[in-house]
Amino acid sequence: MAKVLILGATSPIARLLAAHFAEDGATLYLAARDTAEAAKIATDISVRTGAVVHSGAFDAADFATHADFIERAAQKLGALDGVVLCFGTLGEEDAAQIDPNAALATIHQNFTGAVSLMTLAAHRLEEQKRGFMIVIGSVAGDRGRARNYVYGSAKAGLHTFTQGLRGRMARAGVHVMTVKLGTVDTRMTWGREGTLLTISPTRAADSIYAAYRRKAEVVYVPWFWRPIMGIVKLIPERMFKRTRF
Amino acid sequence: MSSAAIPISTSAGSSGRPKRAKLSGWGRYPALDCDLYRPEKFSELASIVASNASSILARGAGRAYGDAALNADNRVVDLTRLDRMISFDPPSATLSAEAGVTLSEIIDVFLPRGFFPAVVPGTRYVTLGGSIAADIHGKSHHRDSSFARQVKSFNLLLASGEIRRCSREENADFFWATVGGMGLTGVILEVELELRRVESAWLEGEEIRAPNLDAALEAFERTDSQYDNSVAWIDCASGAGKLGRSILTVANFAPRNSLPPAMRQEPFAIQPKFQPSVPFDLPNFALNPLTVRTFNAAIYAMHRGNARPKRFDYQSFFFPLDSIHNWNRIYGKRGFVQYQCVWPETESRAGLIETLEAIGASRRGSFLTVLKKFGAQDGILSFPMPGYTLALDFPVADGLMEFLDRLDAMVLARGGRVYLAKDARMRPETFHAMYPNLPRWQQIKASIDPNHRFSSSLARRAMMIPA
Ligand SMILES: Cc1cc2nc3c(=O)[nH]c(=O)nc-3n(C[C@H](O)[C@H](O)[C@H](O)COP(=O)(O)OP(=O)(O)OC[C@H]3O[C@@H](n4cnc5c(N)ncnc54)[C@H](O)[C@@H]3O)c2cc1C
Ligand SMILES: NC(=O)c1ccc[n+]([C@@H]2O[C@H](COP(=O)([O-])OP(=O)(O)OC[C@H]3O[C@@H](n4cnc5c(N)ncnc54)[C@H](OP(=O)(O)O)[C@@H]3O)[C@@H](O)[C@H]2O)c1
Repeated sequence: MAKVLILGATSPIARLLAAHFAEDGATLYLAARDTAEAAKIATDISVRTGAVVHSGAFDAADFATHADFIERAAQKLGALDGVVLCFGTLGEEDAAQIDPNAALATIHQNFTGAVSLMTLAAHRLEEQKRGFMIVIGSVAGDRGRARNYVYGSAKAGLHTFTQGLRGRMARAGVHVMTVKLGTVDTRMTWGREGTLLTISPTRAADSIYAAYRRKAEVVYVPWFWRPIMGIVKLIPERMFKRTRF
Repeated sequence: MSSAAIPISTSAGSSGRPKRAKLSGWGRYPALDCDLYRPEKFSELASIVASNASSILARGAGRAYGDAALNADNRVVDLTRLDRMISFDPPSATLSAEAGVTLSEIIDVFLPRGFFPAVVPGTRYVTLGGSIAADIHGKSHHRDSSFARQVKSFNLLLASGEIRRCSREENADFFWATVGGMGLTGVILEVELELRRVESAWLEGEEIRAPNLDAALEAFERTDSQYDNSVAWIDCASGAGKLGRSILTVANFAPRNSLPPAMRQEPFAIQPKFQPSVPFDLPNFALNPLTVRTFNAAIYAMHRGNARPKRFDYQSFFFPLDSIHNWNRIYGKRGFVQYQCVWPETESRAGLIETLEAIGASRRGSFLTVLKKFGAQDGILSFPMPGYTLALDFPVADGLMEFLDRLDAMVLARGGRVYLAKDARMRPETFHAMYPNLPRWQQIKASIDPNHRFSSSLARRAMMIPA
């Protein structure tokens, strides 16, 4: 039975991914800052599936606590077979573009926090020579845009870090998957103008889980973002900098 | 570096931000602009309710037909993301769950374990909150009464921000004003619901062809003591002599032992069905008196022979319409109005004849018409009363509202009433006359929510609350 740690468990996408793991018999540890909500989600999944589901607190930006946190979660689970990274924030992009503290907060919540946690988890998985990591990135990381480049650059960093880690972990037989997610209908995008091609969290989680099961390496969710971003990346910078999206 | 130096923004995007949206009920009439919120955490909901910006209303799955879950130019809170199950106690068959959980999910999770909600409406896609707020009824009303009968308690978030546990013993006034109270007392949070034990996913019973109204009524009277579930589809396009001809379906959940041996191994397994959907709005002329007449005559003709013993899977028995997604689109862009009324027992036959005749004369065909006998009923604003209920669908068309006003007058004259969860147009004076307990409800409402922070388009239209 897989022992899986889910980071950012109060995300609706994470919740549905967790439910997939639980249905397949996994034991889970759900972590978020908002522990009250994480606990509700844990109870829900165990009522629905009968799985054992623990929950607890972590803060991606509180680096000093990460080593203890990973240790505690693994202890609670009895082992650590997989980690799902589903935390992140769009942050206040307007503020982030003028206030360096706000910009750094976005970077920490999306990138450096993940670097710290992934480094700790990778060490364990590599030693035991099995396991997996699922990292939720974003199509926003494929090209910097005037509208959300702080968030986008954090995700770009996350993609590159994950890519390198995948190479290293391949030698230990550990599966590392990057998910480049398009727009999903969650609190992150609710009421925001100009969101398009939005999918439901259910569809997102189903596709991500299916990709994990077939051991995909880099997956666009939904698939159509691959050709879209393929084209977006080809637009010459001179033109791209003038576009509005 | 520790995070201490870095201010952390805690608003992850935020469902604290509303979305201006044109909302409607299942009938797609009316469609009104509302400020729609969709909290994914309890703390988000609490802060939305705490803000004084404008009046507020909870919304579930939006399956009420008219304007019950609308609050034009005010705030509407979609609760479908607060849908966590909290606990299940098999010995008492009691489920605790948040109000956004749908009956559909409850069936998916608990039918394989041998439990089913005792009261289900004609669609499985309704939330617990909406089921309590409209105090819905099902095909077993003559046995189980309405939804509230199975509700042991719920927590109610009040305008003041307090949370009160409401049951028949605790805050009983709040309990009874919320049951059937159409969302106007507060936000229902967590619900304690008793499920029914079943031994299979199948029902066994009969299909009875009734050539006219009297035969249909006689069949209800004869079979209701024998069957937990009964309902009739009625051909409202047929004329004199055949007036009220119906197909009555009656059934009980099948005990495992009565299933054929092959099915006994997996008594809860039914084949998932292909679910077609209506991809776009049909043009307004698609449903006209001729198509309605032909469709209804064809259905009646399909059911040859008299009483036939039958086995139904629960899905086709309880939720036949759910097999076509978005079927509400067949009524075109203008939408439709569902009209459901009930008459007291002694007035039912005369009321039915008078109404069916008026519909026949108007040549406004109702595509689907359903007849059902109600049993005992508690509650202050709950719709059912012992007697017969008729539910009809009318596409929105010129003159429809005047026609329905005429039906209202006939129903009212016989001491009957019209169902708020389906309504989109009833006049306030009619509503007040049909619901004699309204003053008592208004008193409780004023004591829980003196400033009427909870309001809705329905509440203002029917003058449930002071203007
Ligand atoms: C195909 C079909 C068949 C139906 N058959 C039946 C039937 O057989 N019997 C029957 O009784 N009804 C029937 N209905 C109507 C339906 O059951 C009710 O309208 C029910 O209230 C819908 O629930 P909902 O979750 O969609 O609520 P909504 O439509 O979203 O809201 C309905 C009311 O509930 C209130 N509400 C919702 N959630 C909360 C909450 N958490 N706290 C406080 N108030 C809340 C809203 O304010 C509103 O007043 C049918 C509807 C359809 C579409
Ligand atoms: N929605 C989209 O359109 C979209 C598109 C592309 C990628 N994504 C990515 O998908 C993932 C899930 O997002 P979502 O849309 O589901 O949004 P969400 O509901 O806001 O989820 C964000 C999650 O991150 C957690 N989190 C945020 N900051 C944290 C911190 N400092 N420490 C610990 N946890 C923190 C939140 O936990 P708390 O409860 O503690 O706040 C929450 O569980 C994110 O990585 C996001 O970047 C989303």
